[in-house]
Amino acid sequence: MSGLDDGTVPRFPRGVKFREDKVRGQHMLLGPERIFNADPVATQILSLCDGKRTIVEIVDALTEVFAADAATIRPDVESFLIDLRQKQLVTL
Amino acid sequence: MVLPHVAEAAAQPASPQPPIGLLAELTHRCPLRCAYCSNPLEMETRSAELDTETWKRVFSEAADLGVIHLHLSGGEPTARRDIVELTRHASQVGLYTNLITSGLGVTDAMLDALHDAGLDHIQLSMQGADGAVTDAVVGTRGAFERKEAFARAVVARGFPLTLNAVIHRLNIGQVPLMIEKAVAFGAGRIEIAHTQYYGWALKNRAQLMPARADVDRTIEEVKEARERLAGILTIDAVFPDYYAKYPKLCNGGWGARTLSVTPSGLALPCHAAQTIKHLDFWSVRDHSIGEIWTSSPAFDAYRGTSWMKEPCISCERRTVDLGGCRCQALALTGDPRNADPACIKSTFHSELGDIAVAESSAAVNLAAVAYRGFSRPGAEQAGVVVAPRSPYTERPA
Ligand code: SF4
Ligand code: SF4
Repeated sequence: MSGLDDGTVPRFPRGVKFREDKVRGQHMLLGPERIFNADPVATQILSLCDGKRTIVEIVDALTEVFAADAATIRPDVESFLIDLRQKQLVTL
Repeated sequence: MVLPHVAEAAAQPASPQPPIGLLAELTHRCPLRCAYCSNPLEMETRSAELDTETWKRVFSEAADLGVIHLHLSGGEPTARRDIVELTRHASQVGLYTNLITSGLGVTDAMLDALHDAGLDHIQLSMQGADGAVTDAVVGTRGAFERKEAFARAVVARGFPLTLNAVIHRLNIGQVPLMIEKAVAFGAGRIEIAHTQYYGWALKNRAQLMPARADVDRTIEEVKEARERLAGILTIDAVFPDYYAKYPKLCNGGWGARTLSVTPSGLALPCHAAQTIKHLDFWSVRDHSIGEIWTSSPAFDAYRGTSWMKEPCISCERRTVDLGGCRCQALALTGDPRNADPACIKSTFHSELGDIAVAESSAAVNLAAVAYRGFSRPGAEQAGVVVAPRSPYTERPA
Protein backbone atom coordinates (compact mmCIF):
# COMPACT_ATOMS: atom_id res chain seq x y z
CA MET A 1 0.00 0.00 0.00
CA SER A 2 1.38 3.40 -0.90
CA GLY A 3 1.73 5.59 2.16
CA LEU A 4 0.15 8.99 2.69
CA ASP A 5 2.28 12.15 2.72
CA ASP A 6 3.05 13.65 6.10
CA GLY A 7 1.15 16.79 5.13
CA THR A 8 -2.08 14.94 4.28
CA VAL A 9 -5.10 16.54 5.93
CA PRO A 10 -8.11 14.22 6.18
CA ARG A 11 -11.42 16.03 5.71
CA PHE A 12 -15.07 15.11 5.62
CA PRO A 13 -16.56 16.22 2.32
CA ARG A 14 -19.89 18.04 2.34
CA GLY A 15 -22.57 15.45 2.77
CA VAL A 16 -20.54 13.43 5.26
CA LYS A 17 -21.05 14.12 8.93
CA PHE A 18 -19.28 12.69 11.92
CA ARG A 19 -21.37 13.08 15.02
CA GLU A 20 -22.28 11.66 18.35
CA ASP A 21 -25.65 10.00 18.53
CA LYS A 22 -26.80 10.61 22.09
CA VAL A 23 -29.83 8.36 21.79
CA ARG A 24 -27.73 5.33 20.85
CA GLY A 25 -24.63 6.31 22.83
CA GLN A 26 -22.49 5.93 19.76
CA HIS A 27 -20.46 7.97 17.29
CA MET A 28 -21.49 7.71 13.67
CA LEU A 29 -20.24 8.66 10.27
CA LEU A 30 -23.18 9.69 8.12
CA GLY A 31 -23.49 9.90 4.37
CA PRO A 32 -26.51 10.00 2.12
CA GLU A 33 -28.55 6.90 2.95
CA ARG A 34 -25.57 5.52 4.84
CA ILE A 35 -24.79 5.14 8.52
CA PHE A 36 -21.51 3.76 9.79
CA ASN A 37 -21.07 3.09 13.46
CA ALA A 38 -17.62 4.06 14.67
CA ASP A 39 -16.01 1.87 17.31
CA PRO A 40 -14.06 3.59 20.12
CA VAL A 41 -10.76 3.59 18.24
CA ALA A 42 -12.35 4.90 15.04
CA THR A 43 -14.08 7.55 17.15
CA GLN A 44 -10.71 8.68 18.54
CA ILE A 45 -9.24 9.05 15.08
CA LEU A 46 -12.24 10.67 13.46
CA SER A 47 -12.60 13.16 16.31
CA LEU A 48 -9.13 14.38 15.40
CA CYS A 49 -10.06 14.86 11.75
CA ASP A 50 -11.02 18.50 12.04
CA GLY A 51 -9.95 19.56 8.56
CA LYS A 52 -6.83 21.24 9.99
CA ARG A 53 -4.68 18.52 11.54
CA THR A 54 -2.27 16.62 9.32
CA ILE A 55 -1.88 12.90 9.56
CA VAL A 56 1.36 13.42 11.51
CA GLU A 57 -0.47 15.54 14.08
CA ILE A 58 -3.31 13.04 14.30
CA VAL A 59 -0.92 10.16 14.91
CA ASP A 60 0.97 12.24 17.49
CA ALA A 61 -2.23 12.95 19.36
CA LEU A 62 -3.09 9.25 19.30
CA THR A 63 0.21 8.29 20.90
CA GLU A 64 -1.04 10.11 23.98
CA VAL A 65 -4.22 8.04 24.03
CA PHE A 66 -2.92 4.60 23.09
CA ALA A 67 0.01 2.68 24.50
CA ALA A 68 1.89 2.56 21.21
CA ASP A 69 4.39 4.70 19.35
CA ALA A 70 3.83 6.65 16.15
CA ALA A 71 5.55 4.06 13.97
CA THR A 72 3.07 1.43 15.13
CA ILE A 73 -0.02 3.62 14.94
CA ARG A 74 0.62 5.32 11.61
CA PRO A 75 0.06 2.34 9.29
CA ASP A 76 -3.22 1.46 11.01
CA VAL A 77 -4.48 5.01 10.74
CA GLU A 78 -3.46 5.19 7.10
CA SER A 79 -5.19 2.00 6.08
CA PHE A 80 -8.26 3.08 8.02
CA LEU A 81 -8.39 6.44 6.23
CA ILE A 82 -7.67 4.96 2.82
CA ASP A 83 -10.54 2.56 3.32
CA LEU A 84 -12.82 5.47 4.23
CA ARG A 85 -11.68 7.35 1.15
CA GLN A 86 -12.73 4.40 -0.96
CA LYS A 87 -16.16 4.68 0.63
CA GLN A 88 -16.11 8.41 -0.21
CA LEU A 89 -16.35 9.26 3.49
CA VAL A 90 -13.11 11.27 3.72
CA THR A 91 -10.93 13.16 1.30
CA LEU A 92 -7.18 12.94 1.70
CA MET B 1 -3.71 -0.65 19.19
CA VAL B 2 -6.73 -2.47 17.88
CA LEU B 3 -7.51 -1.80 14.25
CA PRO B 4 -10.17 0.90 14.07
CA HIS B 5 -13.35 0.00 12.45
CA VAL B 6 -16.49 1.54 11.05
CA ALA B 7 -19.22 -0.95 10.40
CA GLU B 8 -22.27 -0.27 8.30
CA ALA B 9 -25.10 -0.36 10.81
CA ALA B 10 -26.81 -3.74 10.52
CA ALA B 11 -30.51 -4.01 9.76
CA GLN B 12 -32.27 -3.93 13.07
CA PRO B 13 -34.78 -6.52 14.15
CA ALA B 14 -38.33 -5.27 14.14
CA SER B 15 -38.58 -4.01 17.68
CA PRO B 16 -39.37 -0.41 18.53
CA GLN B 17 -35.77 0.69 18.33
CA PRO B 18 -35.64 4.38 17.53
CA PRO B 19 -36.27 5.16 13.85
CA ILE B 20 -33.34 6.21 11.71
CA GLY B 21 -35.16 8.02 8.93
CA LEU B 22 -38.02 10.45 8.54
CA LEU B 23 -39.57 11.16 5.15
CA ALA B 24 -41.22 14.56 5.44
CA GLU B 25 -43.63 15.00 2.56
CA LEU B 26 -43.83 18.74 2.88
CA THR B 27 -46.35 19.19 0.09
CA HIS B 28 -48.02 17.26 -2.69
CA ARG B 29 -47.70 20.24 -5.02
CA CYS B 30 -45.28 19.63 -7.87
CA PRO B 31 -44.59 21.22 -11.25
CA LEU B 32 -44.23 17.77 -12.82
CA ARG B 33 -46.91 15.15 -13.36
CA CYS B 34 -44.93 11.93 -13.42
CA ALA B 35 -46.75 8.82 -14.52
CA TYR B 36 -44.90 6.79 -11.88
CA CYS B 37 -45.41 9.16 -8.97
CA SER B 38 -45.94 7.35 -5.69
CA ASN B 39 -48.04 10.12 -4.21
CA PRO B 40 -51.59 8.97 -3.50
CA LEU B 41 -54.28 9.54 -6.10
CA GLU B 42 -56.06 11.82 -3.69
CA MET B 43 -53.40 14.39 -3.06
CA GLU B 44 -53.55 16.79 -0.17
CA THR B 45 -54.11 20.45 -0.96
CA ARG B 46 -52.07 23.42 0.09
CA SER B 47 -54.64 24.60 2.60
CA ALA B 48 -54.37 21.27 4.43
CA GLU B 49 -50.57 21.47 4.79
CA LEU B 50 -48.85 21.73 8.16
CA ASP B 51 -47.51 25.15 9.03
CA THR B 52 -43.88 26.04 9.58
CA GLU B 53 -43.94 25.82 13.36
CA THR B 54 -45.50 22.38 13.36
CA TRP B 55 -42.89 20.99 10.97
CA LYS B 56 -40.15 22.48 13.13
CA ARG B 57 -41.59 20.82 16.19
CA VAL B 58 -41.79 17.52 14.30
CA PHE B 59 -38.12 17.79 13.31
CA SER B 60 -37.05 18.55 16.89
CA GLU B 61 -39.07 15.61 18.21
CA ALA B 62 -37.65 13.34 15.53
CA ALA B 63 -34.08 14.30 16.42
CA ASP B 64 -34.76 13.70 20.12
CA LEU B 65 -36.23 10.31 19.32
CA GLY B 66 -33.11 9.28 17.40
CA VAL B 67 -33.92 10.00 13.76
CA ILE B 68 -30.68 10.44 11.83
CA HIS B 69 -31.64 11.17 8.23
CA LEU B 70 -34.36 13.65 7.35
CA HIS B 71 -35.63 13.48 3.78
CA LEU B 72 -37.35 16.69 2.74
CA SER B 73 -39.66 15.48 0.04
CA GLY B 74 -43.03 15.94 -1.61
CA GLY B 75 -44.35 16.59 -4.26
CA GLU B 76 -41.78 19.28 -4.79
CA PRO B 77 -40.53 20.38 -1.36
CA THR B 78 -39.17 23.69 -2.64
CA ALA B 79 -42.73 24.70 -3.51
CA ARG B 80 -42.94 25.50 0.22
CA ARG B 81 -41.90 29.08 0.83
CA ASP B 82 -40.41 28.08 4.18
CA ILE B 83 -38.09 25.40 2.77
CA VAL B 84 -34.92 27.25 3.77
CA GLU B 85 -36.18 27.96 7.27
CA LEU B 86 -37.22 24.32 7.72
CA THR B 87 -33.85 23.09 6.46
CA ARG B 88 -31.98 25.39 8.80
CA HIS B 89 -33.99 24.23 11.77
CA ALA B 90 -33.52 20.55 10.91
CA SER B 91 -29.80 21.04 10.54
CA GLN B 92 -29.59 22.91 13.84
CA VAL B 93 -31.28 20.10 15.73
CA GLY B 94 -28.66 17.71 14.33
CA LEU B 95 -30.53 15.93 11.54
CA TYR B 96 -28.76 14.91 8.35
CA THR B 97 -30.78 16.77 5.75
CA ASN B 98 -31.49 15.43 2.28
CA LEU B 99 -33.56 17.40 -0.22
CA ILE B 100 -35.48 15.19 -2.64
CA THR B 101 -36.36 17.42 -5.55
CA SER B 102 -37.42 17.49 -9.19
CA GLY B 103 -34.99 20.41 -9.58
CA LEU B 104 -37.67 22.56 -11.18
CA GLY B 105 -38.35 25.95 -9.70
CA VAL B 106 -35.20 25.89 -7.58
CA THR B 107 -33.32 29.11 -8.29
CA ASP B 108 -29.60 29.65 -7.77
CA ALA B 109 -30.45 32.04 -4.95
CA MET B 110 -32.47 29.33 -3.22
CA LEU B 111 -29.60 26.87 -3.63
CA ASP B 112 -27.24 29.35 -2.02
CA ALA B 113 -29.65 29.86 0.84
CA LEU B 114 -30.04 26.10 1.31
CA HIS B 115 -26.28 25.71 1.33
CA ASP B 116 -26.03 28.38 3.98
CA ALA B 117 -28.82 26.70 5.96
CA GLY B 118 -26.71 23.55 6.24
CA LEU B 119 -28.35 21.26 3.70
CA ASP B 120 -26.23 18.11 3.52
CA HIS B 121 -27.27 16.38 0.34
CA ILE B 122 -29.49 16.72 -2.73
CA GLN B 123 -31.32 13.97 -4.52
CA LEU B 124 -32.57 14.89 -7.96
CA SER B 125 -35.16 12.82 -9.77
CA MET B 126 -34.21 11.79 -13.29
CA GLN B 127 -36.91 10.48 -15.58
CA GLY B 128 -34.94 9.93 -18.76
CA ALA B 129 -31.56 10.60 -20.36
CA ASP B 130 -32.93 13.09 -22.89
CA GLY B 131 -35.74 15.51 -23.50
CA ALA B 132 -38.01 13.19 -25.46
CA VAL B 133 -38.18 10.39 -22.93
CA THR B 134 -38.33 12.80 -20.00
CA ASP B 135 -41.28 14.66 -21.53
CA ALA B 136 -43.17 11.41 -22.01
CA VAL B 137 -42.66 10.43 -18.38
CA VAL B 138 -43.26 13.75 -16.65
CA GLY B 139 -46.17 14.92 -18.78
CA THR B 140 -44.74 18.40 -19.41
CA ARG B 141 -42.08 19.82 -21.72
CA GLY B 142 -38.56 21.08 -21.22
CA ALA B 143 -37.88 19.46 -17.85
CA PHE B 144 -34.71 17.64 -18.88
CA GLU B 145 -32.74 20.77 -19.78
CA ARG B 146 -33.80 22.42 -16.53
CA LYS B 147 -32.77 19.37 -14.53
CA GLU B 148 -29.39 19.34 -16.20
CA ALA B 149 -28.83 23.02 -15.39
CA PHE B 150 -29.95 22.39 -11.83
CA ALA B 151 -27.60 19.42 -11.41
CA ARG B 152 -24.66 21.51 -12.54
CA ALA B 153 -25.61 24.35 -10.19
CA VAL B 154 -25.84 21.86 -7.31
CA VAL B 155 -22.43 20.36 -8.00
CA ALA B 156 -20.86 23.80 -8.52
CA ARG B 157 -21.86 24.66 -4.95
CA GLY B 158 -20.13 21.60 -3.56
CA PHE B 159 -23.29 19.71 -2.65
CA PRO B 160 -23.11 15.95 -3.00
CA LEU B 161 -25.66 14.92 -5.60
CA THR B 162 -27.55 11.68 -6.04
CA LEU B 163 -29.69 11.09 -9.09
CA ASN B 164 -32.76 9.02 -8.49
CA ALA B 165 -33.87 7.27 -11.66
CA VAL B 166 -37.12 5.39 -11.36
CA ILE B 167 -37.16 2.77 -14.08
CA HIS B 168 -40.13 1.46 -16.06
CA ARG B 169 -41.04 0.55 -19.61
CA LEU B 170 -40.88 4.14 -20.88
CA ASN B 171 -37.22 4.61 -19.95
CA ILE B 172 -35.76 1.14 -19.39
CA GLY B 173 -33.79 1.39 -22.65
CA GLN B 174 -31.92 4.40 -21.29
CA VAL B 175 -30.29 2.96 -18.17
CA PRO B 176 -26.71 3.11 -19.53
CA LEU B 177 -27.33 6.61 -20.90
CA MET B 178 -28.70 7.79 -17.57
CA ILE B 179 -25.60 6.45 -15.86
CA GLU B 180 -23.43 8.38 -18.34
CA LYS B 181 -25.46 11.53 -17.68
CA ALA B 182 -24.94 11.07 -13.94
CA VAL B 183 -21.19 11.09 -14.50
CA ALA B 184 -21.43 14.08 -16.84
CA PHE B 185 -23.52 16.03 -14.30
CA GLY B 186 -20.97 15.34 -11.56
CA ALA B 187 -23.27 13.24 -9.38
CA GLY B 188 -21.54 11.00 -6.86
CA ARG B 189 -24.28 8.45 -6.82
CA ILE B 190 -27.21 7.19 -8.86
CA GLU B 191 -30.10 5.09 -7.71
CA ILE B 192 -31.53 2.86 -10.40
CA ALA B 193 -34.82 1.98 -8.77
CA HIS B 194 -37.47 0.02 -10.55
CA THR B 195 -40.94 1.39 -10.03
CA GLN B 196 -42.86 0.32 -6.98
CA TYR B 197 -46.49 0.12 -7.98
CA TYR B 198 -48.45 2.40 -5.62
CA GLY B 199 -50.43 5.51 -6.21
CA TRP B 200 -50.14 6.84 -9.75
CA ALA B 201 -47.69 4.10 -10.66
CA LEU B 202 -50.26 1.40 -9.90
CA LYS B 203 -52.84 3.26 -11.93
CA ASN B 204 -50.40 3.35 -14.86
CA ARG B 205 -48.93 -0.09 -14.35
CA ALA B 206 -50.02 -1.38 -17.75
CA GLN B 207 -47.94 1.32 -19.45
CA LEU B 208 -45.02 1.09 -17.05
CA MET B 209 -44.38 -2.62 -16.48
CA PRO B 210 -41.06 -3.55 -18.07
CA ALA B 211 -40.45 -6.80 -19.95
CA ARG B 212 -38.43 -9.49 -18.27
CA ALA B 213 -35.71 -9.42 -20.91
CA ASP B 214 -35.26 -5.69 -20.44
CA VAL B 215 -35.03 -6.08 -16.68
CA ASP B 216 -32.39 -8.79 -17.06
CA ARG B 217 -30.45 -6.59 -19.43
CA THR B 218 -30.44 -3.66 -16.98
CA ILE B 219 -29.06 -5.96 -14.29
CA GLU B 220 -26.11 -6.69 -16.58
CA GLU B 221 -25.77 -3.05 -17.58
CA VAL B 222 -25.65 -1.96 -13.96
CA LYS B 223 -23.09 -4.60 -13.11
CA GLU B 224 -20.84 -3.57 -15.96
CA ALA B 225 -21.13 0.14 -15.14
CA ARG B 226 -20.44 -0.47 -11.45
CA GLU B 227 -17.12 -2.10 -12.22
CA ARG B 228 -16.15 0.48 -14.79
CA LEU B 229 -17.09 3.48 -12.64
CA ALA B 230 -15.86 2.29 -9.25
CA GLY B 231 -14.59 5.28 -7.31
CA ILE B 232 -16.33 7.72 -9.69
CA LEU B 233 -20.00 6.91 -9.32
CA THR B 234 -21.76 4.77 -6.75
CA ILE B 235 -24.61 2.85 -8.36
CA ASP B 236 -27.35 1.53 -6.11
CA ALA B 237 -29.96 -0.58 -7.82
CA VAL B 238 -33.35 -1.94 -6.82
CA PHE B 239 -34.79 -4.50 -9.19
CA PRO B 240 -38.51 -5.05 -9.69
CA ASP B 241 -40.17 -7.56 -7.44
CA TYR B 242 -42.88 -8.57 -9.89
CA TYR B 243 -40.19 -10.83 -11.33
CA ALA B 244 -38.55 -11.78 -8.03
CA LYS B 245 -38.54 -14.99 -6.04
CA TYR B 246 -38.70 -13.46 -2.59
CA PRO B 247 -39.98 -10.07 -1.54
CA LYS B 248 -37.82 -7.30 -0.22
CA LEU B 249 -37.72 -6.26 3.39
CA CYS B 250 -40.02 -3.31 2.90
CA ASN B 251 -38.67 0.00 4.17
CA GLY B 252 -36.50 -1.86 6.68
CA GLY B 253 -39.59 -3.37 8.26
CA TRP B 254 -42.92 -1.92 9.31
CA GLY B 255 -42.38 0.48 12.20
CA ALA B 256 -38.75 -0.62 12.43
CA ARG B 257 -36.52 1.92 10.71
CA THR B 258 -38.40 4.82 9.16
CA LEU B 259 -41.58 6.80 9.14
CA SER B 260 -43.27 9.26 6.81
CA VAL B 261 -45.36 12.29 7.54
CA THR B 262 -47.84 13.48 4.90
CA PRO B 263 -48.30 17.17 4.01
CA SER B 264 -51.29 17.42 6.34
CA GLY B 265 -49.48 15.68 9.21
CA LEU B 266 -50.50 12.03 9.18
CA ALA B 267 -47.68 9.81 10.38
CA LEU B 268 -47.28 6.65 8.32
CA PRO B 269 -45.01 3.61 8.71
CA CYS B 270 -44.44 3.81 4.95
CA HIS B 271 -45.46 6.39 2.39
CA ALA B 272 -47.92 3.97 0.76
CA ALA B 273 -49.50 2.85 4.03
CA GLN B 274 -52.63 4.93 3.61
CA THR B 275 -53.82 2.40 1.07
CA ILE B 276 -54.56 0.17 4.06
CA LYS B 277 -57.83 1.83 4.91
CA HIS B 278 -58.67 0.26 8.25
CA LEU B 279 -55.55 1.56 9.95
CA ASP B 280 -55.88 4.55 12.22
CA PHE B 281 -53.03 6.95 11.45
CA TRP B 282 -52.30 9.49 14.13
CA SER B 283 -51.55 13.06 13.22
CA VAL B 284 -48.49 15.00 14.33
CA ARG B 285 -50.96 17.77 15.13
CA ASP B 286 -52.24 15.70 18.06
CA HIS B 287 -49.27 13.54 19.06
CA SER B 288 -45.52 13.78 19.29
CA ILE B 289 -43.39 11.72 16.92
CA GLY B 290 -42.20 9.71 19.94
CA GLU B 291 -45.75 8.82 21.01
CA ILE B 292 -46.67 7.87 17.49
CA TRP B 293 -43.61 5.66 17.09
CA THR B 294 -44.05 3.76 20.32
CA SER B 295 -47.81 3.78 20.92
CA SER B 296 -49.87 4.32 17.79
CA PRO B 297 -51.89 1.30 16.67
CA ALA B 298 -50.97 1.75 13.01
CA PHE B 299 -47.25 1.42 13.76
CA ASP B 300 -47.88 -1.62 15.90
CA ALA B 301 -50.21 -3.33 13.44
CA TYR B 302 -47.52 -5.09 11.38
CA ARG B 303 -44.48 -4.60 13.52
CA GLY B 304 -42.32 -7.69 13.94
CA THR B 305 -43.82 -11.07 13.11
CA SER B 306 -46.76 -11.58 15.50
CA TRP B 307 -49.37 -10.40 12.94
CA MET B 308 -48.34 -13.05 10.42
CA LYS B 309 -50.32 -15.95 9.09
CA GLU B 310 -49.35 -18.75 6.70
CA PRO B 311 -47.15 -19.03 4.74
CA CYS B 312 -45.05 -16.40 6.53
CA ILE B 313 -45.60 -17.51 10.11
CA SER B 314 -43.82 -20.82 9.65
CA CYS B 315 -41.28 -19.57 7.12
CA GLU B 316 -37.58 -19.48 7.89
CA ARG B 317 -37.26 -16.14 6.10
CA ARG B 318 -39.85 -14.41 8.28
CA THR B 319 -37.30 -12.36 10.18
CA VAL B 320 -35.33 -11.70 6.99
CA ASP B 321 -38.00 -10.03 4.88
CA LEU B 322 -40.82 -9.73 7.46
CA GLY B 323 -43.24 -10.98 4.82
CA GLY B 324 -42.41 -8.21 2.36
CA CYS B 325 -44.64 -5.26 1.68
CA ARG B 326 -48.03 -4.99 3.42
CA CYS B 327 -49.33 -2.46 0.94
CA GLN B 328 -48.48 -4.67 -2.02
CA ALA B 329 -50.05 -7.66 -0.25
CA LEU B 330 -53.23 -5.66 0.20
CA ALA B 331 -53.26 -4.18 -3.29
CA LEU B 332 -52.78 -7.51 -5.03
CA THR B 333 -54.30 -10.09 -2.67
CA GLY B 334 -56.86 -8.08 -0.73
CA ASP B 335 -55.35 -8.87 2.67
CA PRO B 336 -52.35 -7.02 4.11
CA ARG B 337 -51.53 -10.02 6.33
CA ASN B 338 -50.91 -12.25 3.35
CA ALA B 339 -47.38 -12.85 2.16
CA ASP B 340 -46.25 -10.22 -0.32
CA PRO B 341 -47.18 -11.77 -3.70
CA ALA B 342 -43.63 -11.17 -4.87
CA CYS B 343 -42.90 -14.31 -2.79
CA ILE B 344 -42.95 -17.70 -4.54
CA LYS B 345 -44.78 -19.13 -1.51
CA SER B 346 -47.70 -16.78 -2.08
CA THR B 347 -50.67 -18.35 -3.88
CA PHE B 348 -50.91 -15.10 -5.82
CA HIS B 349 -47.32 -15.27 -7.04
CA SER B 350 -47.94 -16.81 -10.46
CA GLU B 351 -50.72 -14.32 -11.06
CA LEU B 352 -48.23 -11.56 -10.41
CA GLY B 353 -45.86 -13.01 -12.97
CA ASP B 354 -48.72 -13.31 -15.44
CA ILE B 355 -49.67 -9.67 -14.93
CA ALA B 356 -46.09 -8.63 -15.51
CA VAL B 357 -45.78 -10.65 -18.69
CA ALA B 358 -49.16 -9.65 -20.09
CA GLU B 359 -48.79 -5.95 -19.39
CA SER B 360 -45.20 -5.66 -20.46
CA SER B 361 -45.72 -7.39 -23.78
CA ALA B 362 -48.31 -4.88 -24.97
CA ALA B 363 -47.14 -1.79 -26.82
CA VAL B 364 -46.85 1.39 -24.79
CA ASN B 365 -49.84 3.63 -25.27
CA LEU B 366 -48.91 7.10 -24.08
CA ALA B 367 -52.46 8.29 -24.61
CA ALA B 368 -53.50 5.89 -21.87
CA VAL B 369 -51.09 7.29 -19.30
CA ALA B 370 -52.80 9.09 -16.44
CA TYR B 371 -50.35 11.83 -15.55
CA ARG B 372 -50.73 12.75 -11.94
CA GLY B 373 -52.79 15.75 -11.12
CA PHE B 374 -55.36 17.14 -8.75
CA SER B 375 -58.65 15.78 -9.97
CA ARG B 376 -61.81 17.80 -9.87
CA PRO B 377 -64.80 16.20 -8.23
CA GLY B 378 -66.44 13.84 -10.71
CA ALA B 379 -63.47 13.67 -13.01
CA GLU B 380 -62.17 10.48 -11.44
CA GLN B 381 -65.38 8.53 -12.09
CA ALA B 382 -65.29 9.58 -15.70
CA GLY B 383 -61.78 8.18 -15.96
CA VAL B 384 -60.32 11.57 -16.71
CA VAL B 385 -57.47 13.04 -14.76
CA VAL B 386 -57.39 16.78 -14.99
CA ALA B 387 -54.18 18.74 -15.28
CA PRO B 388 -53.04 20.26 -12.02
CA ARG B 389 -53.46 23.93 -11.51
CA SER B 390 -50.19 25.76 -11.32
CA PRO B 391 -48.41 24.24 -8.37
CA TYR B 392 -47.61 27.60 -6.84
CA THR B 393 -51.04 29.14 -7.01
CA GLU B 394 -53.27 26.28 -6.11
CA ARG B 395 -56.59 27.29 -4.65
CA PRO B 396 -58.11 25.30 -1.84
CA ALA B 397 -60.17 22.46 -3.28
S1 SF4 C 1 -42.54 11.69 -9.00
FE1 SF4 C 1 -42.68 13.45 -10.44
S2 SF4 C 1 -44.75 14.28 -10.07
FE2 SF4 C 1 -44.28 12.91 -8.32
S3 SF4 C 1 -43.47 14.30 -6.79
FE3 SF4 C 1 -41.72 13.45 -7.94
S4 SF4 C 1 -41.30 14.96 -9.58
FE4 SF4 C 1 -43.34 15.42 -8.76
S1 SF4 D 1 -43.43 -16.77 3.04
FE1 SF4 D 1 -43.50 -14.74 3.96
S2 SF4 D 1 -41.69 -14.65 5.26
FE2 SF4 D 1 -41.40 -16.41 3.87
S3 SF4 D 1 -40.22 -15.59 2.15
FE3 SF4 D 1 -42.39 -15.44 1.61
S4 SF4 D 1 -43.01 -13.37 2.26
FE4 SF4 D 1 -41.05 -13.85 3.28
